[in-house]
Amino acid sequence: MVPLRAVTDFEEPAPATCREGTGEQGAGTHGTGKGLELAFDGVTKAFGDVGVLRGLDLVIPAGQFVAVVGRSGGGKTTLMRLIAGLDGPTGGTIRIAGTARRGLQPDVRLLFQDARLLPWQRVLSNVGIARGPGWKARAQALLAEVGLADRAGDWPYVLSGGQKQRVALARALVTEPGILLLDEPFGALDALTRGDMHRLLTKVWRQHGFTAVLITHDVAEAVALADRVLVLRDGVIADDVAIDLPRAARAAGAPRLAELERRILNAV
Amino acid sequence: MTAEATAGLENSALAIAAAGPRPWSLPRPDWRPLLLGLGLPVAAALAWEALVRSGLATGRLLPPPSRIAVTLWKLARTGELWPHVGATSGRVGLGFVLGGVAGILSGLAASYSPLFRRLVDPTLQGLRAIPSLAWVPLFLLWLGIFETSKVALIAVGVFFPVYLGVMGAVLGVDRKLVEVGRIHRLSGLDLARRILLPAILPALVVALRTGLGLGWMFVVAAEYMGASEGIGYLLVDGQQLGKPDQIIAAILVFALLGKVADAAIVALATPALRWQDAYQGGR
Ligand SMILES: Nc1ncnc2c1ncn2[C@@H]1O[C@H](COP(=O)(O)OP(=O)(O)OP(=O)(O)O)[C@@H](O)[C@H]1O
Ligand SMILES: [Mg+2]
Repeated sequence: MVPLRAVTDFEEPAPATCREGTGEQGAGTHGTGKGLELAFDGVTKAFGDVGVLRGLDLVIPAGQFVAVVGRSGGGKTTLMRLIAGLDGPTGGTIRIAGTARRGLQPDVRLLFQDARLLPWQRVLSNVGIARGPGWKARAQALLAEVGLADRAGDWPYVLSGGQKQRVALARALVTEPGILLLDEPFGALDALTRGDMHRLLTKVWRQHGFTAVLITHDVAEAVALADRVLVLRDGVIADDVAIDLPRAARAAGAPRLAELERRILNAV
Repeated sequence: MTAEATAGLENSALAIAAAGPRPWSLPRPDWRPLLLGLGLPVAAALAWEALVRSGLATGRLLPPPSRIAVTLWKLARTGELWPHVGATSGRVGLGFVLGGVAGILSGLAASYSPLFRRLVDPTLQGLRAIPSLAWVPLFLLWLGIFETSKVALIAVGVFFPVYLGVMGAVLGVDRKLVEVGRIHRLSGLDLARRILLPAILPALVVALRTGLGLGWMFVVAAEYMGASEGIGYLLVDGQQLGKPDQIIAAILVFALLGKVADAAIVALATPALRWQDAYQGGR
């Protein structure tokens, strides 16, 4: 059960610092401003002789919300794993905040399609998996932010799919990452829950100011949430589409949105 | 009290109510299957008792339950039983610890190191193919007829199921959960403590229980080969002196000790495995 007050939280007006409606792209000035710039210089990745990523050159400014769409098997998850440092690139460099990075990244967090909660830890301990001083209070605060303050003592298995993803989101945010990667985290949810999660994600993105990279199959989801949509095809960025429409004006059926959606679908 | 605080209280009250007794996680114990299962042996025992009492059978080779009970009682009352229980339990305990620790360490080594798996595992698998009782003469020759050979035999029996269980459990740990730990930058120790250990614990408990069961099996063999003390000695003694009641009493003691030891492992592991009960109850 989702507590009512969480739902009302989602509908808070956007903070005044948000530059909605200007239609411009680039570094976000919203939130706590902790987002980090993410850049790729000729990044390639091959498994054996199979090239999955064939040279990505790309800059994602700090605080931007980027969606990556592409066909199944197109290398989207591979890209995420490279950014997080779970795997290393075959060639090229990934720079975070201007410096080349190798190995696991402390300021990058990843939200998977399956929530990946530890079944042997209660919700609060799952959120505070990184521990450290004061982790309980911090984890509790994040749980409140995702609307699950009263589920801290539950085992993960009693939660619904959407609630598990909220816990995973709280866990990802507990260390205030500069970059949050989301690998189709809402793919398995029903349409209503998905809508809730979209509002929640937009809210925490504004509040925390991280750079967001969302992978999705769903072009409608991409244009609804992101500042910018990248189309990954044949191992390269085949299209780079700015969603120059304020979020408030992105109601389904808006003609400009439909146009962008068509363009992206054609590129995929 | 503000309205918000009240709402908060109501919310937590709701949460407690929702989290309250979950019928499927706390099944009320149902004794009927147990009683049903006891029916056959109890009926057989009563029937045999009746047959012997009525003189239809002598009960010379298979004494009636009452006589076994008396024998057991006498062994316990005179204090004769306890040194035997102590000796056997000590051997099993020591063998279990040695074999268990060796099994856990080798199992971990095999699951972490492909080299160990390629180099050592084939040998261990080969040794495992030998029926362990075939080692007895060699152990007697090498280690003498006293405690060392007995404990070694038990340890060998315990080792293999623990080794296999631990190796399988670690190799089977969900890599996705390990990745979660890595992404959140858990240290190697934290990763082992908070992710690997809980993940393998259910299989580890099963492996240790299997190992302990084999330990009890092997202690009988070890004591049967020659011992001046131990429940196995009571078996041999009962056979040589033609006292079937003592043999059956010793068998019962073995069953009881095995059950108690097994229950002790389960009881020790239960707090750490509570999440699993709940997890399975939820399905
Ligand atoms: N560890 C690996 N070893 C070999 N091949 C791999 C490995 N990981 C991914 N691949 C291959 O790389 C390609 C891209 O995989 P990836 O998971 O990145 O696709 P994706 O775009 O995320 O697809 P989906 O939308 O279905 O999740 C696939 O052909 C996959 O088989
Ligand atoms: Mg994928």
